[in-house]
Amino acid sequence: MTATDHDRELEGLELDLLLEAVYRRYGYDFRGYAQASLRRRLWRRADLEGLRSLSGLQERILHDPGCMERLLADLSINVTAMFRDPGFHRALRSDVLPELRTHPFVRVWVAGCATGEEVVSVAIALREEGMLDRTRIYATDMDADVLARARTGSFALEKVRDYTRNYISAGGTEAFSAYYAVAGERAVFDPELLRPVVFAQHNLATDGSFNEFNVVLCRNVLIYFGRDLQDRVLRLFDESLPRRGVLALGRKETLRGTAIEDRYEPVVEAERIYRRT
Amino acid sequence: MTGYRLIVIGASWGGLHAVGEILAGLPADFEPTVLVVQHRAEDAEDLLAGLLDRRGPLHVREVEDKDALHSECVLVAPAGYHVLVEPDHFALSTEAEVRFSRPSIDVTLESAADALGPAVVGVVLTGANDDGAEGLAAVRRRGGYAIVQNPATAEASTMPAAARGSASVVAELPDIAALLRELA
Ligand SMILES: C[S@@+](CC[C@H](N)C(=O)[O-])C[C@H]1O[C@@H](n2cnc3c(N)ncnc32)[C@H](O)[C@@H]1O
Repeated sequence: MTATDHDRELEGLELDLLLEAVYRRYGYDFRGYAQASLRRRLWRRADLEGLRSLSGLQERILHDPGCMERLLADLSINVTAMFRDPGFHRALRSDVLPELRTHPFVRVWVAGCATGEEVVSVAIALREEGMLDRTRIYATDMDADVLARARTGSFALEKVRDYTRNYISAGGTEAFSAYYAVAGERAVFDPELLRPVVFAQHNLATDGSFNEFNVVLCRNVLIYFGRDLQDRVLRLFDESLPRRGVLALGRKETLRGTAIEDRYEPVVEAERIYRRT
Repeated sequence: MTGYRLIVIGASWGGLHAVGEILAGLPADFEPTVLVVQHRAEDAEDLLAGLLDRRGPLHVREVEDKDALHSECVLVAPAGYHVLVEPDHFALSTEAEVRFSRPSIDVTLESAADALGPAVVGVVLTGANDDGAEGLAAVRRRGGYAIVQNPATAEASTMPAAARGSASVVAELPDIAALLRELA
């Protein structure tokens, strides 16, 4: 065994122990996350804290909840945008919402909603299809900080130009500017859009199913999970969907090769929209 | 057989032409997986894989999350995602841009070096920033091989010039495909 192989093995052990410590002390379970990206961010946190090893980071985290909060912010990557991947939102409108229009009541789960841009986007589409007042949207994330920001229903004004472009290519039918008011540096969206939304903290790695939904959106979250955790979470969605329930993943995520692939058919394959058979 | 499993080609400004020229020189049965990390705007209707697909006998498509490491196709990092390398598969991430880039060449090269050590070949081509330099240094530290396009003749010299210190070999663009065929 070479010196570097040895270092790698030791580092692997330190990493496992650190994740175990985080789980047992704080309840956040990152043990099934994709390793390469996790290691990168753990090392980044260690560097910023002036620490030279992952066991050093473990010690600080065990004794200093502030350090855990900083780590949590590093680990919950919450990059998002309104009408991110406009083609997806267009397909949601043209290929998913029409069938739901016949339902007296519709439940949507946005899992891993981050700061809420996706939630407001879906709410706008539902409003334009005349369905918002018959819908309840459950928007969940493991990170309480992003949920608090999501509840404000306001986003940085500087992004709004991009969002307007996305909205138009997503098939929006109104003037986008009618949906928000400018307050300083923020665009504050019509509070009516958030009225049917329930924000709640929910950890996909440790919490169970809490309702049945017509549509589950979980976009750009599964990429952070290893294959086993992906399968666990997909089974959770599967338990939360009735027959013909819709599951939508991110642009580069797929059901192919997963535990539930046989039970689903594509609605729009290119946009990763699937339906339970 | 020298045991290289993954070739990561990083390119920025001028990359479409340069990467295309390399792919045109690789045979249909080329054994190691080739992963292209090309900087570009995130919101562009993304044509890159399609354009590169026409350049040579190897098929070209975008990476998907958890794709197996071994691929018959040339893989392209999707715009807006970092590609990280695990021992037997690829994983995507949307964590922050690194040096204003996502995909970042450094992120892919560093994780490839971590996961595969000496089985990695890193190639840094034309570009007007310094992404790739740190990643290529990591590839070398872990025993991999590093090819850098000659900055003097590259369309944009900054990126290959920044990576040059880690090069196993500095090569002219038309010679890089032949070098890769020899390494495979
Ligand atoms: C990149 S954002 C995706 C936002 C949005 N869905 C989109 O596609 O634009 C990923 C979110 O997943 C959340 N997340 C990560 N692990 C989670 C877990 N185990 N349970 C619930 N949410 C999680 C993060 O906190 C983050 O807000």
